[in-house]
Amino acid sequence: MRFYALLVYLFLYIPIGIIVLFSFNAGRHASELQGFSIKWFGIALSNPFVMEALKTSLIVAGTTALLSSIMGTMAALGLQNVRGIVRMIFDSLIYIAIMIPGIVFGIATLVALATALDFINPMLKNIWPIILGEAPRLKLGLISIISAHTLWTTALATVIIRARVQGMDRSLIEASIDLYATPWRTFYQVTLPQIFPGILAAALLNFTLSFDDFIIAFFVAGGRTTLPIYVFASIRRGITPEINAIATMMLIVSLTLLFTSQGLLRKRK
Amino acid sequence: MEPKNTDLSTTNNHGDFDIEFINVTKHYGDVVALNDTNLKIPRGSFHSLLGPSGCGKTTSLRLIAGFEQPTSGDVRHRGVSMVGIPAYKRPVNMVFQHYAPFPHLNVEENISYGPRQRSPKPPKQELKKLVGEMLELVRLPGFQNRRIWQLSGGQLQRIVLARALINRPAVLLLDEPLAALDRKLRREMQMELQSLQREVGITFVLVTHDQEEALSMSDTISIMRDGGIVQTGTPSELYDTPVDRYVADFVGESNFFSGIVSAADSAQATIQTKTEISLTAPYPEGGKHLTIGQRGAIAVRPEMVLIWPLTHEQPKDIDFSVKGRITNRIYLGHQAEFRVVTDSLGEILARIPKTAEAVTRDLAPGDEILLGWQWNFGLAMPDA
Repeated sequence: MRFYALLVYLFLYIPIGIIVLFSFNAGRHASELQGFSIKWFGIALSNPFVMEALKTSLIVAGTTALLSSIMGTMAALGLQNVRGIVRMIFDSLIYIAIMIPGIVFGIATLVALATALDFINPMLKNIWPIILGEAPRLKLGLISIISAHTLWTTALATVIIRARVQGMDRSLIEASIDLYATPWRTFYQVTLPQIFPGILAAALLNFTLSFDDFIIAFFVAGGRTTLPIYVFASIRRGITPEINAIATMMLIVSLTLLFTSQGLLRKRK
Repeated sequence: MEPKNTDLSTTNNHGDFDIEFINVTKHYGDVVALNDTNLKIPRGSFHSLLGPSGCGKTTSLRLIAGFEQPTSGDVRHRGVSMVGIPAYKRPVNMVFQHYAPFPHLNVEENISYGPRQRSPKPPKQELKKLVGEMLELVRLPGFQNRRIWQLSGGQLQRIVLARALINRPAVLLLDEPLAALDRKLRREMQMELQSLQREVGITFVLVTHDQEEALSMSDTISIMRDGGIVQTGTPSELYDTPVDRYVADFVGESNFFSGIVSAADSAQATIQTKTEISLTAPYPEGGKHLTIGQRGAIAVRPEMVLIWPLTHEQPKDIDFSVKGRITNRIYLGHQAEFRVVTDSLGEILARIPKTAEAVTRDLAPGDEILLGWQWNFGLAMPDA
């Protein structure tokens, strides 16, 4: 039994292991090891295209994590007072949003954004004061990736934060109100500190999801290049140790955030 | 209803009462939690709301705290209506059943939570001094920097007491505060709460389902059932003159003999049991009068029942006796408890104090005995 389990794990992790291994390859070929070197990490980090894509990815992932955890917190707190059929509908929609395949999500957001832009741009042109010069044309780019990613990750943030909200002792809130704290002060003196580990865990997890996402970003990126899009584009010119180095770095960042968020979620009580 | 901006004359009329319920009703959807209830809690007293779960006692407490608003009726504090005033503006504080300490704050931050909500915030030095005084009061000096998870149940209890009392509330509400403690600690905290109440002199309102707890701590008790108050009185009033069978059963133990009322006037009633025995007893003070033909019961406290061997003559003052057999004898130290089975009145419980032991010393299970009580030590009441 244990032997088969080992085979399964090897099957899953050997490809990843090889990528990490070859990112330390001294040679320029991806197929044969020619000694140990970390030079490809240096080369990757000094490539202006890589750095530009990295910057885009960091902005997208950071903003997504921030927005989705704010909206997730609001949804989780709001939903705790909703009962019955309305609650059931909300719950189903949240789980559906998590389960929807990335490619469907990508197409759907692209169509939605394109339609919205087709509607907004002519309107903007009409109402734009001449004094300010030519009306700006909104197009796909940074903001559309952020909105798509935020939409996509808010459902997950809601689920994670809600678990924390439900685990919280309701009488803490009553105790605070009983001790002369207004509802708003109660929120930031009691509720927020109590559920903060959940919010942080959701933010870190969503940062990873957004940082690693290729499919949705590919549809709505317009002219912008995120790191996964850059990797995909360069891989068509063949696998180089530089790509392996980028992949290894992304892996390290993702795993660190993932373990941190798991630790935050487990540490309760 | 009186205007909310009550002038002094109205305040004086009702100011003796820290809390007043005037025809208060509270519905949760279709459920009636509290039904047309009236209650007056005198200033500076220790009052208990006693009853089984679902009787409306916790709802009453939450109405005073302001976590709930009455469906109809008025809740007043010193004559001033509190309806519509949110919990954070009411001069009352609560000790929660599971204490609800803020786990992310240390002991000092927990205790100073209330004063820190005031604006302007009191100066740091003054807060420190106040917290120190409170910790002295609850006998936990030096606990300022402890974390909540380092405290035992009894210590947590004292911390949340300090957290409430530091605000010098007009009324302290206690929601089953001792339920989570073990027996010995509970006894200790009962005494401590009682002396604390005398020390700070503010009104305590305690919710409990434990009759012993209510009887030993309170100045006055309201017995509750099905969303209403059945009887309010001092512990001895409730014990000596329970208005009905429910109260007699809830406060202390009683022998009940039920049957049909065969004679009744304005002072006493006679009840005929199924076994054709006639028992007469006076009504309790404030109790309902009975009418001929209705179902009634005579309640007799075990302390009022006397037993004696067949060979002895009937003690004087006892005008009624019945034969029985002892099934059980329990030695309780200061008294002996006998369980007696009779043919005509079923099982009867008798408690004989140590001082009257001469007659009963040699009685053992299996012995045939005679048993009786002075008729006016019984109480006639409707059979609930």
